[in-house]
Amino acid sequence: MTGSIDVRAAEPRLEYVLRLADNALVLGQRLGEWCGKGPALEEEMALVNFALDLVGQARMLLSYAAELEGAGHSEDDLAFLRDGMDFRNLLLVELPNRDFAFTIVRQCLFDLYQCGLYEELQRSGDSRLAEIAAKASKESRYHLQHSAGWFVRLGDGTAESHQRVQAALDRIWRYTGELFETDDVETALVAEGIAADPAVLRSEWDNQLDRILREATITRPADDGMASGGRHGRHTEHLGYMLAEMQFLQRAYPGASW
Amino acid sequence: MAEQDWPLWEVFIRSRTGLSHKHVGSLHAADQQMALQNARDLYTRRQEGVSIWVVPSAAIHASDPAERDAYFDPADDKIYRHPTFYDIPDEVEVL
Repeated sequence: MTGSIDVRAAEPRLEYVLRLADNALVLGQRLGEWCGKGPALEEEMALVNFALDLVGQARMLLSYAAELEGAGHSEDDLAFLRDGMDFRNLLLVELPNRDFAFTIVRQCLFDLYQCGLYEELQRSGDSRLAEIAAKASKESRYHLQHSAGWFVRLGDGTAESHQRVQAALDRIWRYTGELFETDDVETALVAEGIAADPAVLRSEWDNQLDRILREATITRPADDGMASGGRHGRHTEHLGYMLAEMQFLQRAYPGASW
Repeated sequence: MAEQDWPLWEVFIRSRTGLSHKHVGSLHAADQQMALQNARDLYTRRQEGVSIWVVPSAAIHASDPAERDAYFDPADDKIYRHPTFYDIPDEVEVL
């Protein structure tokens, strides 16, 4: 086993880039789990395409993070050699896929968030972030078309598909508060014109989600017992298992390559 | 769950502006919008296209293989219908 690397107590910009990177990486890995198990061949290809888009975003962001860190690490080091408590992703993206409805509901909530986020970040004072955002924004808009399409189709579908979507949203709702939390890191970067303002993102996310929910005939759950902590490395028990699988090869065979 | 398959669609892709759409394959989808999205995800992952058409397979009326001779053999001995007796200018890239 090779030693873990530790990027804790990062300066704000590095911290922010790692948060974005880890969201993309962890959800990319989760979506990849549908490979070979999709409900239809066509849908499986779509989900795995999205996984690859997200891994691509994670690569760009982790490369930038490695440069900001300046400790000689590579994007792969940051992806495969950090421990769970050093991951900054939202809890939302690490939750297991469960059924197709859950996967779609989570994806739709996340895509809505990413669309707003990357739309804003294209105007970031950080030119690297703005470039990455321009590419990611196009991908996210397509992902949203797909996930929102399914959200409405299933929600306004059969009694069973409706019930599954509602149950998934009810289960997932407590993980959505974290999307718009803010802390010193983000407040400072928002003031500098580098990060997107969570308050602005929230109102747009709320409006768009309400429109989708109406069309899908799905009821918005109440904010109750909202979960938090992912950004600061406090994760659900699910992340560790996922990382064990994702990181196994580089941990067991350090430096292995194609 | 009702095990009813989604209808079949034929997919046509235009590889670049100026060319015609070409048949590339088929897929299953519940409706037109899903068919377009599935076509995008199945058939344009390697930058194969700039435009997609999807057509319900049921809307395609095909020639009868048994009638193949009657349909196609008469063109066999009419080589003058091929534009092979012309010199094609270098500037014409797509013909």
